[in-house]
Amino acid sequence: MIKEMTCVACPLGCQLTVELNDKNEVLSVTGNTCKRGEQYAHDECTNPVRMLTTTIKVNGGSLPVIPVKTSAPIPKGKMFDCMKVINSEVVDAPIKMGEVLISNICDTGVDIVATNEM
Amino acid sequence: MLKYDLVVIGGGPAGMAAALKAKECGVDKILILERASSLGGILEQCIHTGFGLHHFGEELSGPEYAYRFIKQVEETDIEVKVDTMVTDILTGNIVVATNNKEGMLEIHATAIILAMGCRERPRGALDIPGSRASGIMTAGTAQKYVNIYGYMPGKKIVILGSGDIGLIMARRMTLEGAKVETVCELMPYSGGLTRNIVQCLDDMGIPLRLSCTVIKTHGIERLEGVTIADVDENRRPIPGTEQYIECDTLMLSVGLIPENELTRNAGVMIDPITNGAIVDENRQTNRPGIFACGNVLQVHDLVDYVTQESYTAGEGAAKYIKSKNKNKRTKYVSVRPEGGVRYVVPQNINCDTSEDVKLYFRVKDVYRGGKITVTSGDKVIYSKKKPKLAPGEMEYVIVKAEDIRALDKKEIIVKVEV
Repeated sequence: MIKEMTCVACPLGCQLTVELNDKNEVLSVTGNTCKRGEQYAHDECTNPVRMLTTTIKVNGGSLPVIPVKTSAPIPKGKMFDCMKVINSEVVDAPIKMGEVLISNICDTGVDIVATNEM
Repeated sequence: MLKYDLVVIGGGPAGMAAALKAKECGVDKILILERASSLGGILEQCIHTGFGLHHFGEELSGPEYAYRFIKQVEETDIEVKVDTMVTDILTGNIVVATNNKEGMLEIHATAIILAMGCRERPRGALDIPGSRASGIMTAGTAQKYVNIYGYMPGKKIVILGSGDIGLIMARRMTLEGAKVETVCELMPYSGGLTRNIVQCLDDMGIPLRLSCTVIKTHGIERLEGVTIADVDENRRPIPGTEQYIECDTLMLSVGLIPENELTRNAGVMIDPITNGAIVDENRQTNRPGIFACGNVLQVHDLVDYVTQESYTAGEGAAKYIKSKNKNKRTKYVSVRPEGGVRYVVPQNINCDTSEDVKLYFRVKDVYRGGKITVTSGDKVIYSKKKPKLAPGEMEYVIVKAEDIRALDKKEIIVKVEV
């Protein structure tokens, strides 16, 4: 299988062509102009991860929601499952910067933490 | 009349960094005036990460980046007035401001730093035919609705313009369950960062249509749909390419305009390309003691660069405040863009500068394998190959103080050679 992607390791944005076998293993990477491009292609094809940022509803705060993020990047495919859990939660003010609001979300081993205080 | 050594207008990342730097440089009485009810500026609604990679060496969200500066300000004796709107700057550096506790204020400042930020280009600037249906808003307005007030402005979205805020909102709305039908970009390239195209559009399966625009909005009370069309090389819609897309929301991410009403009223000269003040390497304007930094001076794509620039302005203001002869004027070397370079900031450099100067600029088009040169007459003072240059990514070069002091011709030119 051939996969096309844009490298975001730097602003150059090389167009990468990645050749994969049936087991989703990378056979070759072309189009990159440095080593980081090759690493990026490998990571994106084998285990793509993203930081998830969103908001959680707040009880008794100065605003109805508080911004949050994942404490570490999570598998790309789990973003929408995590959103479902986060949107079903309500937390009580006061909330400290960096406070863990949901721990081990969707068994990722990653926490949802506040990115502001309220 | 209230008296301060330094009054900073705007308490966003630019204003806070400028005030902190001035404090560090020994300025005594500093006041920050902020229109909103808290410090932080637009960062408070930019809840995504990607801030601080250059300045802190780690990836922070907007509120986290702002928080670090807010805490630093709180640790100093810098005074802050929130919910306070500056309405004018009079001759003699008198700042006129108002709030609902103190009424009208007249504040005398030895130096003023303008850090009011920018505003989104509104629908009215685009001339899209259609009624005044609800559901048409700037991407930043939608961002405030979702991230600060916690409600969704629509379910089926079309985004016009591929600026970073539009791209970020495409992902944000999708995560919250809305369907983003498409992002239309008038130009043949995106104005956003590559990282955002990949992580906000490609990740979410949202198509980006280049050389395409919205030519009509439909619906009377609420937006019901838009007609989009491809455009030719002169950015005119091509007949026969019209397509109707059903949607309840149209978000605009079509550029940012520095908010310079106060600046103009104060008699500060404006660069017609940046729409910000014309400044020297200390970020001082043509009005002695008035400085400018951040998005009010030039629209940045990274807040880290705003912080850097604001430190420069804070340091410049501190030097001015402490200088004995405030009216002393040195000659300038003027900095001009040419060829593929759209603008350069600062536009002037003091001939006797003792420090190397960072020249920030943007290019007009996407260039691959170009070369950036800085020349004065026949003399080349800087030259570097760049694999890729794009209008969406601000670039900079550093010119040495000794090279500037040694110039015969009081002009340097920054250009792209392809």
